[in-house]
Amino acid sequence: MTLWLLVRRSLRQHLLSTIVTALSLSLAGGLLMTVWSLKTQARQTFERMDGGWDAVLGARSSKLQLVLNAIFHLEASPGNIRPADLATLAANPAVKAVVPLAMGDNYLGFRIVGTTTNHFTDHEFAEARKFRVREGRVFEDGYREALLGAFAAQKLGLKIGDEFKPYHGLNYASKPSDNVQHEEIYVVVGILDASNTPADRVVWIPVAGIQNMAGHDPATAQDVSAALVKLRDPAAGFRLDQLYNKQGDRLTFAWPIGTVMAQLFDKIGWFDNVLTLVAWLVAVVAAASVLASIYNSMSARRRDLAILRALGARRRIIFTAIIAEATTIAAIGAACGFFVHFALLFGAATLVRTQTGVVIEPFQPGWVWLWAPAALMGLAALAGTVPAFKAYDVDVASSLSPES
Amino acid sequence: MSLLEIRALRKGFRSPDGHLLPVVDIPEFSLAAGQAVALAGPSGTGKTTFLNLIAGILTPDSGSIRIDGQEIVGMTEHGRDRLRANAIGYIFQSFNLLQGFTCLENVVLGMSFGAGANPARATDLLRRVGLGDRLHHFPRQLSTGQQQRVAVARAMAGKPRLVLADEPTGNLDPANAREALALIRETCTENGSALLLVSHDRDILGAFDNVPSLADINRAARPQPARA
Repeated sequence: MTLWLLVRRSLRQHLLSTIVTALSLSLAGGLLMTVWSLKTQARQTFERMDGGWDAVLGARSSKLQLVLNAIFHLEASPGNIRPADLATLAANPAVKAVVPLAMGDNYLGFRIVGTTTNHFTDHEFAEARKFRVREGRVFEDGYREALLGAFAAQKLGLKIGDEFKPYHGLNYASKPSDNVQHEEIYVVVGILDASNTPADRVVWIPVAGIQNMAGHDPATAQDVSAALVKLRDPAAGFRLDQLYNKQGDRLTFAWPIGTVMAQLFDKIGWFDNVLTLVAWLVAVVAAASVLASIYNSMSARRRDLAILRALGARRRIIFTAIIAEATTIAAIGAACGFFVHFALLFGAATLVRTQTGVVIEPFQPGWVWLWAPAALMGLAALAGTVPAFKAYDVDVASSLSPES
Repeated sequence: MSLLEIRALRKGFRSPDGHLLPVVDIPEFSLAAGQAVALAGPSGTGKTTFLNLIAGILTPDSGSIRIDGQEIVGMTEHGRDRLRANAIGYIFQSFNLLQGFTCLENVVLGMSFGAGANPARATDLLRRVGLGDRLHHFPRQLSTGQQQRVAVARAMAGKPRLVLADEPTGNLDPANAREALALIRETCTENGSALLLVSHDRDILGAFDNVPSLADINRAARPQPARA
């Protein structure tokens, strides 16, 4: 009780420096938790985000490019697959399902992807979860109809029955006159429920729609950009990997998707490390501010400390009180850091969803919620030892009344 | 047996030119349990140094100080802290109240390091000294006389066996000074505490039967003969 009284009153006496120091610690704590959560959650989410597929088959390229293009709808397609290749793949007894994807157009920045209706009717994009049509219906093959992902529909403001003309290319140029619009008119016939996958950002049309779009090369009208593959036995991927990647030289078989994404995160691991290092440096600087704040107030505290000693307070009580004060400032900072953390993570999650359609859950508990505040408090306690030793050594007699 | 026994106590401070200036040189001094003694001494006669030595705040150059039979010279700092917390109440000339703490908290801290915090007793003490309606005021919100009463309540909070009072009325007007002294003596009597008061205020010293001069017991406070 006495210790808490000493800490509480000291914090109150130095309220301004307490607030400023706690705020700097809250920023450090918030940043540390956000960087850690983001890198952990992003890695977990992207590695699991395979859309329910085991592999992607595409033109000869890097596996990563194929996965980013076909699963995340981010990269450009490396080339096309001929219909014969698609038929061969589909006929393989190890393959359970194949869904073709054709890309090359967009509508106001949202990628238009041609596919087949079984992508929405038969396929499970996650365990026991199929795409659900929120409004309208799935497009019909052979018609200029579109089914919108939930996010795309929301951002484009399109409703059932609305019409639009696709733009050529995967991206929409910032200067409208630089964009080439196709003459074909598509009508929105359905809107998907949010799946929290990259599919939410896509405008889906029949695969023949992309293949036959005016301006596309008629010579490749039967080709597709990639094929999503579901295997009967995931282990069969090894044989297909041998077949396409080792023995063949025209196509690339990206399998397993999670491993391909893990390789991406391994490649950008240095960036994670830099971010983490920056966050730790901020935490160390914030802890140093605790040291500076308390140390600078030691002159003003000398008399109070001497009075406490004259009342019988042991040196170790004074020492502990200073450490406890530093730790309490860090605890306040860490508590406020959660607000900073949630705000930053919410912003980052929104950005990730806008850019990729992948949903990162800001309020998902993690160990970082325990160890980051604890580490911050530990750092502050360590920083507090410097002023604590100074307090420990206060000369009582000279700090009290002048000699008479 | 005496509560306080002092033998051959010496303490000096180095002057800037390196000479040792003796401040306390007391061959013998004692105080019985429950006894109240006042020492007269003008400023600069080593009053505060003397009391700080007894309280264990300063360590002597040589000699012996026994409180309740316990030798404090050579005692560890921790031991002296404990002794101060458990057996000594100290009333300072400038009160030395903790400005960031309320009256009640100041008094509670007076007992926290020894007998243990007892807010109920602290409240009673403050009521006794007429500050029952000022419990949660800070020292700066009190008059000088009221602050001195808080200092008295704090010194008495742990029911110390020995109360040291260093010019306890030095900052008070005569009326407040008399009131403060009466309060100190009354509470010491109630607690059975011995009182050692040092002051140069003749009015205050007049309230005691026998008032030796500090110079009588402290050879270092006597005027030095002029050098030939």
